[in-house]
This record gives sequence, structure tokens and C-alpha cells, in this order.
Amino acid sequence: LSAARKVPVYRGRFGPAEAERLLWRAGFGPRPGEAERLAKKGLDGAVHSLTRAKRERLVGPAPVDDDKHSIAPTDAWGHDHLWWLDRMVRTSRPLVERMALVWHDWFATSNAGVGSQRLMLKQNRLFRSRGLGSFEQLLLSVTKDPAMLLWLSGTDNEKGSPNENYGREMMELFTLGANRGYTERDVREQARALTGFRSDWDDDRGPVNFRYDRERHDPGRKRIFGKRGKFDWQDACRLCVRHPNHRSFFVRKLWSYFIPTPPSAATRGALERLYVRNDFAIRPVVEAILKHPRLYSGPRMVKSPVVYIAGMLRATGRGIDTEAWTWLANQAGQQLFYPPNVAGWDDDRWLDTASFHARWNLAGRVLRPYVLKTSAAAPLDPDKLLERALAFWGGPALTSETQRALKSFATRALADADRSWKRTQYPPLVENALRHLIAISPDLQTS
Amino acid sequence: MSDCCREFSRSALLRKAVAEAGSGLPAIEPGMPVPAGTGLDRRSFIARSVGLAVAVYGAGSLSPRFLDHGIAQALAAGPSDTVLVSIFMDGGADSLSLLFPHGDPEYRRLRPKLALRDSGLVFPEDTRLRWHPSAAAFHTLHSEGKLSVLPAVGYTDADQSHFTSRHYWEVGATNPQLRTGWLGRYLDRVGSPDNPLQGVSLDGDLSPSLATAKMPVAALSGAGNYSFGAPGVWGQVEARMLDAVGDLGSAGGTDPALAGARAVTSQSDRLRRQLEPFDTENGFGSPVPYPKSDSDFPDQLAGLASMLAAGLPLHCVALSAYGMYDTHSDQAADLAEGLKLTSDTLLAFQRDLEARGLADRVLTLVWSEFGRRAEENGSDGTDHGAAGIGLLMGSRVRGTMIGEFPGLKNGLDDDGNLKATVDYRSVYCSVLEQWLATDAAAVIPQAKSFARLPILR
Repeated sequence: LSAARKVPVYRGRFGPAEAERLLWRAGFGPRPGEAERLAKKGLDGAVHSLTRAKRERLVGPAPVDDDKHSIAPTDAWGHDHLWWLDRMVRTSRPLVERMALVWHDWFATSNAGVGSQRLMLKQNRLFRSRGLGSFEQLLLSVTKDPAMLLWLSGTDNEKGSPNENYGREMMELFTLGANRGYTERDVREQARALTGFRSDWDDDRGPVNFRYDRERHDPGRKRIFGKRGKFDWQDACRLCVRHPNHRSFFVRKLWSYFIPTPPSAATRGALERLYVRNDFAIRPVVEAILKHPRLYSGPRMVKSPVVYIAGMLRATGRGIDTEAWTWLANQAGQQLFYPPNVAGWDDDRWLDTASFHARWNLAGRVLRPYVLKTSAAAPLDPDKLLERALAFWGGPALTSETQRALKSFATRALADADRSWKRTQYPPLVENALRHLIAISPDLQTS
Repeated sequence: MSDCCREFSRSALLRKAVAEAGSGLPAIEPGMPVPAGTGLDRRSFIARSVGLAVAVYGAGSLSPRFLDHGIAQALAAGPSDTVLVSIFMDGGADSLSLLFPHGDPEYRRLRPKLALRDSGLVFPEDTRLRWHPSAAAFHTLHSEGKLSVLPAVGYTDADQSHFTSRHYWEVGATNPQLRTGWLGRYLDRVGSPDNPLQGVSLDGDLSPSLATAKMPVAALSGAGNYSFGAPGVWGQVEARMLDAVGDLGSAGGTDPALAGARAVTSQSDRLRRQLEPFDTENGFGSPVPYPKSDSDFPDQLAGLASMLAAGLPLHCVALSAYGMYDTHSDQAADLAEGLKLTSDTLLAFQRDLEARGLADRVLTLVWSEFGRRAEENGSDGTDHGAAGIGLLMGSRVRGTMIGEFPGLKNGLDDDGNLKATVDYRSVYCSVLEQWLATDAAAVIPQAKSFARLPILR
């Protein structure tokens, strides 16, 4: 009976294909050879190397802008995006960055409302340092985070004139889910409990000196979720995390970032118990999800634009050397630090005809420095060209349908070479085209 | 961006974010109005029947399929009679340079560094005035009687915030609370519930002047920019590669994410083929040359003309002109560059419409949120002013001056800004009644209090 209460663990073969999927779901895809190396660790070893990675090493060239100057993440438009993308590309701890991306979406804060890259990056550090620890601690830290205080009116919420913005979203979007065990009265009382934060205005720097000011806090009695007390902001957070509906919200939402179909009732129950038993720790739940059979045998997931582009850069070993990654990511629907609204990005809507076009252009931009000239030696052989183009991307696994379409393209294109100059010039062109087609294939848009 | 004020760039960024996200404005400046259109739903879909990539706003619960159907029906019903194109010069264009008072003795005193030399492009209706040397195209249009000029249009007690003043122009009232645009309210009155192309924003985001309360409108992101090039691939190989995109999309399979990605790949391939006639490189089939530029502006108008020629049911269209008109410093070069491409492109658009036999159906309104201070500032630029310039272009416009140039001696207010001789809402009321044949009182608040101007011949 006790075994049935545990979270199921994947028992199948853990080879390079499984390791590759794990690296995409828990990171930003493999560097060349990384999936093979990870597969050798076995499932537990592989998962733990991600969830319990020690020190971070940054591998590869440091980020620069189009003029080869160091980037200015707190000052220049779009360099905040470049800064984080660089971490995703160069980090030796991809899950830490991936979890930061999860929390950026979960506690979706946009610089469109904050107006300070410095404060957005400060919040980002929080997601990096607390991303696998206690969710309760994370929620407490987010609640007093300056970017969040600006984004959801936390510093406008004061005794006598409460602002419900943050209190409502904390329940609806961050901890419980819409209409799941709270009333409008709870929202109003929660807002009172959350009063007390303030900042000062500096004409040059904007809002500064964020702090808790007792004078602005409403110290009176509140009634939240049927409990009475002189609650303050820390009580407000704890009441939400300890609400009986929080654990199911947490598990379902966290799961959805890694596996596209919802967990079975048994798995959900087991994950909820794991979460509560570990005092709301995030890491054990993430580990259990990453070892779950559905991750390896279940359906594929569409990569988000940022994951897609970071993955291409990791595969090619190219560093951040152009600001194009910011605006191209924006066109593809995901500029970091600018989620569309407080509910975050819509993971069901990554692909449409416009974002496909943007992804096509992203792939071209990644490939540009590696273009084979017509003078390059390349075999007049469709199979060999396909093999070489796949090797360029680190040998990703492709479905047989996609392989057939690629091979058919290469065969037809080489058959057009009816002159001797075409027979020498077309093979490198075909190889360039194959690299592009592989990158935008449905297989590489998903993992 | 170095020479635009901080408020300008911030408000531009905020506006973009808000129009996309509908997430409300941050409380950076209390009293700053939320742009019209904030909070409308945005939904992207492909109008397969016409092959355009559009984002639809305010479509309520209509399904994409229903909207496709609506567009098809609107197409079958034939083109709208009249088209209004609203072109915004972003940042507050300096009317005192565009049509400068060469013959006004105050001009050189107020503009010791920036005063322009006689361009020889005399404005015959008020011979004190000259066209900017880079705006010779406007001189041509005016001399042909196809350009009406409002040398001092605005409103009393002009607000000098880009954000607020632009909002007032867009909603057609000096009301910071209004959430619908003046063209949006017009479309709510006369529009169709199933034709989002009746109100089209060509800038990619919803133009606030088109924000409706109930009728669908659309933002078009570049009908002419849906090409798929790959570095190091050309000729026959490129053609084979593009065919292969369709093959990648048409494979079978049961995995839902893979099937979804394949479906989008296939749709994108189909859309690319449908939009090929509108491809920039194919010149939109334009019968006349447009200025060569990296900017989108010539392509946007060339694409618009080709869409009208194709019979698409467009009725009100909004876009931004080329250029950044918030010229706080180093005004001379920036302004000349912006005016040159904008005026040359507008002339090309008019010639295009004439060549296609569409010129009688299109009226173009050019506006800016304010003019600039008469006296230049200390950094070779000008600061925010009050009244500015407005233009009405088309084959059916009256072609004469509307309102007068008040002169710099008596025509400035207490802040040294040009006083308006025509209220912008008079222009709107006149356009609504004379061009769009609708009752202005149903669209513009207090319409009765604004004089009507004869705008058509």
C-alpha cells in the first residue's frame, strides 16, 4: 500500500534520446555530446546532476552587443534579455535558469509596469537563488520584492486606502487558483494584511528605498479563510501556502511546466504529499516530476521561443554577440522581462504563422556565421549531406517523416544540378538549406 | 533616440506594452491617461480567405472561422465606397519648419540657429510661408490642388505631454478617461460585426484611434514581409527548400504537439504562397516607384494601395509616418530626413492611387500630437509646443488652406506656443460628415460646438 502512494518513477531505458528530452525540459537542450554523457549517469544521476548542481561555471564567450562592446543589462534596452539569455546559454546549471524562467512566468512581472531593468534583474536574482528552495520563502521574498511591489501596487497599498491588486493575484494566480476557496471578503482582508510597504521617489532614479513602514500598516484584526488575527504580510503569505487548496494548485501548475498533459489523480496526490511532507520545498517535487514516466514516454511539448533560441546557441557553441536576439525573441512572442500580463505567457499559444516566421528568421540568424560558401567541398550525395547537417546540430533525433521530407528535398535539389558548375555549387547550398530546415522542423520546435 | 525626451520614449514603450498586453498602465505619472483600446482582447488568426496575417481586437467571442467567413462575405459584397487613412507624425512635428514663416520678421529672431533659408517653395495662399526644402513633394501636391493645409490646428490650453495630447487626438476629445478612439466610435456606429478589416492598423499594434467598443478591428503586421529567406541558399535550391517547408508540415503522426507544430508549418507555407503577390521584393505590383528606404513606411503605403486594388474591405486605416519628430536637439538633420521620406512617400501613394483608378476613394489625414515652441532651445532643437500642422491629401480635397497662419507676433500664447486657428475636432466633424457621411454628433462629444470646415471640392 505504501508503494502505491509514492510518485511513479520511470523504469525504461535511459539513453541519449531520453537524456536529450530531459535536457530540453529541465534546461535549454544539450551542448554537443552532452546527452550521451548525461545518459551514462542513469536516470537518478542525471536528474540529480541537474537539481543538485554545485557551483556554476559559465562556458563560452562573454556576451557583447553588435558593436562588440560589453552588454549593459541594467541600462540599455533589450540588454536585460541578452544578459539572461547568456546565462541560459553558458551556464553549467541549466535547471537553475530554467526554474528562474518558471518563476518569472509564475510571478509574471513585466518591466512595462516596473520601468527599471535594475529592479527586474534584482527580482531575477531572487528566482535564481530561491528557485529550488521553500515555496513559502519564495512567496515571502516575492511579496517584498521591489519590482513586484511596483508591478502589483504593493507600495500603493496602505492603511485606510487598501489596494487589492497584489492580494488578489496572490490567491488567484500565485497560490490557490481562481475561485478556489476564497471569497471577495478574503481578498479585501488580505489587502489590509499586506499594507505597509513603501518607497521614496528620486527624480533621477525613480522609486528607491523600498521598505516596510509600520506606520502604513493596518494593525487591526482581519478575518482570512475563516481565521481571525492581527495578520501582517508574512501571515498573509503563510495563510495562502497553508490553505488546503494550495498544494493541488502548486503541483498541477509546476507539473505543467515540464509535462504537457495533467498528472493522474494518484500521481497528483503523491506529489502533494511529497510537497507538504517536505515543508513546501520545491526541489523534491521537481525531482519527482523529472523522474516521472510521463516525462519520457508521454507526448512532446512545444519549446518556448527563449528555450528554442538558447538551445540553438548551445548546440552551435555561439555566444551572445548581437542584440537581434532581443527583438527576434520579441517577434517570436517571448521577450524576457516583458511577459504579456500578470498571468504570464500562454504556453498553448507559442506557435502561429507569425511566430513561425520569427522562428525561421531566428534560425537564419543563428546560422549566418556558419554559412558554407559555394566553394566549400560538400558531397553530391543526399544521405551524406543530411548526415552532415544533422551533425551540425549535434545529431538531434528526428521522426522518420521529417527525415523523409529532408531527404526528399536534398535528392530533388541535387537532381536539379544538370551542369557541372551546379554539381560543385549546389551541395553546399543544399547543406545550408538542410541545416535551416532541421532547425525549423516540427521535431526541433518541440521536445 | 538620443534627441527625444525621456517622457517620449517611455510613453512610446508603455503604449506598445499596453496595446499588446492590455495590462493597464503603471502609476508612474498620476493623471496620465490610459490609451484608448486598453483591455481589448487580442487574438491572432489567419484570415485564410484573403491570406493576411492579422491580429483582431474587440472580436468578443467570435470564432476565427466565423471571422474568416465574415471577411469572405465582406469581400463578396465589394469594397467600401470611401477609405480614410490617418497618418500620425510621432513626437510633435515642428510646423514652423515644415511650412515655415520665411516672411515673418519674428521668425529669425526666435530661431537664430534653426531658421531655414528661403527654399523657393512658396506657399501661394500665404506668401509669408515656404515649404521645408525636404518637403518639395508637398509643394507639388498642393500646387495640383490635392493637399489642404491646416497651418495651425490644435485645441485651446494644449497639453504638452506627448502621451496626453496624443490621447486627446486619438479619442477625439480632451477627455483623459475616454477608452475608444474617434474612428473606433465611428466604426461601432456603421461597421460590421464580422469584418475586422474595416478598421486596420498597419503598425502591427492596435492604433488607439481605431479602438472600438464592440466592432472588430485588426492590426496587420506587414502583408509585404512574409518572405522566408535562408542565408547561403538561393536559386533553384531555395525554391526546393521552400517546397520542403510544406512537406515538413504535411507529415502525419499522432503526437499532439508535433501535429500542432506541423499544422502551423503547413499554414505558414500556405500563407507565404498567398502573400507572395504582396511581397516587398515584388513591389506589391505598384505601378509607380516608391522611395527606397529601410523604413517600413513606403512599403506600408504601397501595400495598402495594393490591398485596396485587390478589393479588400478596408475602410479606416491608421499608421505612423516615417521619422521621429520629438526634435529636442539637432533638429535640422533629423527633421529633414523624416520629412523627406514621409512627403515623398505620400506623393508616391497619391500617384499610385491615381494610376490604379482609386484616388477618388481615398482621403488621407496627416497629424501630430502638437507643434513645437516658436523659440528654439539651447541645444539646436525645439521643445513641446501647442498648435501644429495638419494635412488632408486626396484627389477630392478642396486643396486650399483651412484656417490661417496666425503669425508669430500676435499668434503665440503666453508660453510662446502657436495658437490654434482650427480645432482638431472641427476637422474630425467635417471628415465624418463630408467624407464618411455620418452624423458627427454621434461620434465626437459636443460636436455642435465645433465649426464645420469645407474640406471637399
